[in-house]
Amino acid sequence: MLRAEIYILLKRTVADPQGLTVKRALESLGYRDLADVRMGKLVIIKLNSKDKKRAQQQIDQMCKKLLANPIIEDYHFKIKEE
Amino acid sequence: MKFGVVFFPGSNCDQDCFYVIKDVLRQSVKYIWHKDADLDGLDCVILPGGFSYGDYLRTGAIARFSPVMKSIAGFARKGGTVIGICNGFQILLEAGLLPGVMLKNRGLHFICKHLFIKTENNQTRFTNFYNTGQILKIPIAHNEGNYYIDAAGLKGLRDNNQIVFRYCSAAGEVSDRFNPNGALDNIAGIINKKGNVLGMMPHPERSSERELGSQDGYFIFKSIVKWLKTQKAW
Repeated sequence: MLRAEIYILLKRTVADPQGLTVKRALESLGYRDLADVRMGKLVIIKLNSKDKKRAQQQIDQMCKKLLANPIIEDYHFKIKEE
Repeated sequence: MKFGVVFFPGSNCDQDCFYVIKDVLRQSVKYIWHKDADLDGLDCVILPGGFSYGDYLRTGAIARFSPVMKSIAGFARKGGTVIGICNGFQILLEAGLLPGVMLKNRGLHFICKHLFIKTENNQTRFTNFYNTGQILKIPIAHNEGNYYIDAAGLKGLRDNNQIVFRYCSAAGEVSDRFNPNGALDNIAGIINKKGNVLGMMPHPERSSERELGSQDGYFIFKSIVKWLKTQKAW
């Protein structure tokens, strides 16, 4: 069993009002040193396979095809054995 | 003229579109379930609004892979007329049939209200009934209408007259003050380069009868019929 953790984030150049709102909420709780807050997605995919190389290719394809919109999102992932 | 209204699990504006085409426009119309790949004989395909697949992952991201979308891509390639309204527009963007993407409204609110859009290009098959710059009163109802495209893409849209509608004031002033969601360049609706695929965030099917507050959007459907008739005249 392989476990992939995929992080999908808005590109640096894309405005993130959600992140800004959360930053303000944290500041209202008293946190003062916040430089920036951005919201992203974490997708966890478990694969019934042990072929790590093939899994990397598949996960990358999944990100390109569906999980991330390349116009506004970047992604990175790591795959571990479970 | 034969219209087809596509619907996905979660679509909810299909019935309004169907009703307007059938009972107001009085043209032949049928529903197309997203798993049907058959668009035979259709003159115009409508992708209605709603929450296809619950907007899971990203709005329109999953619907774009439905079997019907392959057929619609082929239909559009051959010059068929396609109009995507709200979620329909989002699906067309995810499918790459129109350029760009929708972000969450900058105010993070779902906005449901009547507003005004300006007809920037009346030379399309969707807007031939309107005068240049004609202002339409039309409702929006969305959470992700913040249109975005990169700088090169925006230049392309402008150079090719692909921006069809912009948000504006009642008097036609286009400025940030009258932009409900932060959409780049106040863009409310665009066409593809070929001019046969339109995507718009406001709901013309909810602006087709005076009893609902405005009939301004109705002429988009009338424009389509008018254009189709000129094609069939040959």
